[in-house]
Amino acid sequence: MVLLTLLAAITVGIIRTRNLFAVVVLSGAYSFLMASVMIVLDGIDVAMTEASVGAGISTVLVLSALYLTKIHEAPPRYSSALPFAASAGMGAMLIYGTYDLPPFGVADQPVNTHVGAQYIANNMAETDIPNVVTAVLASYRGFDTLGEVTVIFTAGIGVMLLLKRWGQA
Amino acid sequence: MRLDVILRVAAKLFIPFIIMFGLYVHLHGDFGPGGGFQAGVIIAAAIVLYAIIFGKAAALRAVPKWAVELMVPLGVLIYAGVGVWSMIMGGEYLNYNVLLHAGEPVGTYDAIHGQHWGVFLVEIGVLVTVTGTMLTIFYSFAGRGRPDE
Repeated sequence: MVLLTLLAAITVGIIRTRNLFAVVVLSGAYSFLMASVMIVLDGIDVAMTEASVGAGISTVLVLSALYLTKIHEAPPRYSSALPFAASAGMGAMLIYGTYDLPPFGVADQPVNTHVGAQYIANNMAETDIPNVVTAVLASYRGFDTLGEVTVIFTAGIGVMLLLKRWGQA
Repeated sequence: MRLDVILRVAAKLFIPFIIMFGLYVHLHGDFGPGGGFQAGVIIAAAIVLYAIIFGKAAALRAVPKWAVELMVPLGVLIYAGVGVWSMIMGGEYLNYNVLLHAGEPVGTYDAIHGQHWGVFLVEIGVLVTVTGTMLTIFYSFAGRGRPDE
């Protein structure tokens, strides 16, 4: 609860400040808090990814992008009433949607009884890899991970095509 | 930044350990949290740190651009190659059970051993692509608009 309150506070800070450098630093802090939330939820693998990607690499990338632009956000040209209404409506719909979700961590829901339970039960006999997350990622869900790697590959190729200065090498 | 002695010394001390930790996260992914994705980002972060402290030119000498750009498709090839290899060995695509013919009678296989090797190789593919992509993006962004590149 403390973590979520801090998250909300940082979000308000990000929205309020006009200094882009402060926004970048606050986003890094946000990612670290999110990683802490993941640790509290026992998702160590996700927490690690969030801390390294969200707080580490993206902060550096955004900072190097910031070097190319101005450090202060320009004052908004249009009224923020319509975007605010849109996001408030979206948020209200999402919160309405959560009423149909099962309570958090209930054992007899499909998410905990279907393939997840099978993986945990058969994992050691079938793959002998103690970390179930790794076994599911790389073995049971090998196709999905191949897709993810291809997505990263595509992102890299895209950035190369857009930003590489052809001819100057 | 280049005259800052404390940063330079601290970075020199840290960078080998960061890369070591990345490899630990990768190779220990079977037992603890972590794996190719996280390790790739950590190793890329070490090189990004080197570039920030010692300048992009020094980083480009240590890890040249062509190597990084080669890594991006190489990882996908390793991953997909494991799938092709498992097909050559007579199984389905990405079926690690058949990767290693360990038993003497022809047609048998060591499923556990194959799974270990399959996951290990696939994670190396993930590591290579993630590190390559992160560094490619960083090299593309960093130092743009500066003439002294």
